Amino acid sequence: MSEKKKAKPKVKELSPIDVYKLLPKTNCKECGEENCMAFATKIVNREVNIDQCPPLLKKEYIKAYSQLKEMLKPPVREVIVGDGEKAVKLGGKLVMYRHEFTYFNPTAIAIDVTDEMTDEELMNRIEKTGKFSYEYIGYTLKLDMIAVRSISGDPEKFQAVVKKVVEKTDLPLILCTLNANVAEAGLMAAPKAKPLLYAATIENWKDMAELALMYNCPLVASAPNDLNALASLAKTLLAFGVKDLVLDPGTFANEGLADTLNNFTMLRRAACKGGEELAGFPLIGVPMVAWMGKGETADEVIKWREANLAAMLIVRFADVLVMHGDDGWSLLPNAVLRQNIYTDPRKPVAVEPGLKEFGTPDENSPVLFTTNFALTYYTVASDIENSKTNAYLIVVETEGSAVDSGVAGRKLTAEKVAEAIKETGIENKVKHKKIIIPGKASRISGEIEELSGWKVQVGPRDSSEIPKYLIDKWQP
Amino acid sequence: MADKKKKDEKAGINFSPDLLDLLSKFQEVELEDFELEVKDLELWFESGTLPRQLMPQPKAAPIIKGKPRELLKTQFMSPIETYPGKIVEVKLGATKGEGGSRGCSVVIGGENSPAFYTFERPVVHPPVVTLDVFDMALPLSKAVKMHVKEVIGDPAAWAKLAVENFGADMVTVHLISIDPLLKDATPKDAIKTVEEILQTVDVPLVIGGCGDPVKDTAVFAEITETFAGERFLISSLTQDMDVERCAKFVKKNGHVALSFTPMDLNLARELNRRLYDHLNKEDIIMDLTTAALGYGLDYAFTNMERARLAGLMGDAELAHPMSSGTTNAWAAREAWLKMAPEWEPRELRGPLWEVTTALTLLLAGVDLFMMMHPAAVKTLKEVTGQLVSGKKADSSSFSDWISLKP
Repeated sequence: MSEKKKAKPKVKELSPIDVYKLLPKTNCKECGEENCMAFATKIVNREVNIDQCPPLLKKEYIKAYSQLKEMLKPPVREVIVGDGEKAVKLGGKLVMYRHEFTYFNPTAIAIDVTDEMTDEELMNRIEKTGKFSYEYIGYTLKLDMIAVRSISGDPEKFQAVVKKVVEKTDLPLILCTLNANVAEAGLMAAPKAKPLLYAATIENWKDMAELALMYNCPLVASAPNDLNALASLAKTLLAFGVKDLVLDPGTFANEGLADTLNNFTMLRRAACKGGEELAGFPLIGVPMVAWMGKGETADEVIKWREANLAAMLIVRFADVLVMHGDDGWSLLPNAVLRQNIYTDPRKPVAVEPGLKEFGTPDENSPVLFTTNFALTYYTVASDIENSKTNAYLIVVETEGSAVDSGVAGRKLTAEKVAEAIKETGIENKVKHKKIIIPGKASRISGEIEELSGWKVQVGPRDSSEIPKYLIDKWQP
Repeated sequence: MADKKKKDEKAGINFSPDLLDLLSKFQEVELEDFELEVKDLELWFESGTLPRQLMPQPKAAPIIKGKPRELLKTQFMSPIETYPGKIVEVKLGATKGEGGSRGCSVVIGGENSPAFYTFERPVVHPPVVTLDVFDMALPLSKAVKMHVKEVIGDPAAWAKLAVENFGADMVTVHLISIDPLLKDATPKDAIKTVEEILQTVDVPLVIGGCGDPVKDTAVFAEITETFAGERFLISSLTQDMDVERCAKFVKKNGHVALSFTPMDLNLARELNRRLYDHLNKEDIIMDLTTAALGYGLDYAFTNMERARLAGLMGDAELAHPMSSGTTNAWAAREAWLKMAPEWEPRELRGPLWEVTTALTLLLAGVDLFMMMHPAAVKTLKEVTGQLVSGKKADSSSFSDWISLKP
């Protein structure tokens, strides 16, 4: 793409030398690194931040410090919502495409509540949101925020519900109303919670901006499908003194889908590639618009469409989403998608091949094998751990292929399995010669027996059944 | 009650077949409706406000000099780019006039902007969907099986169902029975299967092998020759096959090659270069490997996004339309496994897993989706239709979501 050149080096162009030049260069090791160059390298890779260099925080380095801050400033501002441990960071993006570096601050997902819910409904919904939890390859997937909507337009009702919400949960809030009186009532009920205020529009911006300053909270600028108005709002609010902005170009389902994706894409490209500061803020998406004009459509169909909209917005640059459907089946795919998209692409796909031990295996313990594709390995490893059995797992070098694609693509062959059996020295650790192979590798079971001289037991097709399999079928 | 609901759904949205039907039936529906009514009732008795004096009092705003009094109007400059490269157009299927027997052909590729950057340029050819048909029984997840159980083992009937009921643009014939480790069916058997499908449906076909490089070569050789001129997509040609021989018989008989590589753009370029010795660029589609949501989709997504951007930037070796084996989404256990009640029903979770995988890759630039579940197919086609419709958003009612009563 023919990007305009800017004075500020882009992420990829930033070298450790650029950073090193501005560091104290004393190699004092106070940051925990061997020397300033090592620290500079970690800074460039965004593994540490400059505040971790104590000397740099001294008065004499104030100029270098601010130069470094400017040099490292992401094109999309990082906006913090909430206070304390559960505060969420929105935006802070360095690049438009994840392969250019990596994405930071996964899209936050907020579940809505309203000022017309009964206490019971409200409490159940907040509790369900807080309890959402899924264990996935060593990560715990969670929901992040509560969006409180004013349906009634009554300030007192809104204040009451916000009060109940902050008493019940420490998840950060989004306060949703276009009425400044209602907004203020809500803010008074959560004076220290630093909620995200939704939203300033071309009509109410002055009052909302005053509130954002008074309560020191981030503010959404909303201009549905009008990027000129959105840029104008951002410019005005910045001049007003509100620095922590989130941009809302509107989310539209069905016929408005193309405009929705275009607006998000244009804003992010303008920020990351064009250096447009007015676009350099986190973006908010509202998949719950799928519920508008619902009519007699079944809830499942709406939840399905809302999930589709959310998935596309996670891929296309949304930094925070407001959702209404709170079913596990409709949220889980997006919770996983978000984790995937925000995984660091600089990390390798493969794990070290070799022998892994689970528990305290002895000469009668079962021997299994899997591939060195990271996701396969972690899934199998966690299933064996869950079984609480003592076992050996041989990780076969398949160049990062999973079992089925490895067999199909000849990356997982009987030769490789036989070689791995030999190389790991497993023959000296167990007195049986039986290997449990993945069900999806059953095609090569005969060849494995032939080449390795080990007896093959074909295990389950999915590793979730390993615990049961070991109990039912394993005998040394 | 559930039946009435479905009738209304049909009347309002005119799904054919109804999305809800495809998503299976829910005992829960009735129960949820009942709960909703109870909730509505409770609203009348609940006021939930606190006396004003118990609430904290408003704060004073810090004084900032020179706050603007009017909106500072400015223009947003649309960041429009031009690209030196263009994705090759590839035609699949040949009509009678074109030397084949298909009722229509399908063209993919031709893009000169990243996927659905329609603020920049309109979509040239919207992506198409080919549905999987297997030539023998195989293990399928429950959510999929319930829609095809009548036709398992009868590939021609399966193809007909895919085209007529599920809206497939194309059909993929997976010749898994030729696998020497399964049935070891002969090329002659495979030809018979393909012939039956050609007689039953008139959409373009993808011919899928079993993954054994030697057997696939033998079967592809006979199929391409027997059905010369049909412009099948031969799925797939891989590095460990006799690439030269395969490329030659694909070219000689007027078909298209699917160049398949395992998630590595250098290998993709290398295989394409080998194919260029015998095939025109317009005869090659590439498959960069699709991993399931949760099981490597991030790698697949980024690989495809990079390939598409590289192609547009002038890397001719990657400027081919992309195909995705989106059915791989079902390799994720979350797509099919019976899980704890809070994640159920899997009849919804499963197809949503497939469609989430598909939508992610749609935005990376995939042109041809090989898919499985009818509801996932239907959704992908609907979304694609919306994205290329050229219609504008109605922004006037957007803010109503704030006070929406679902």
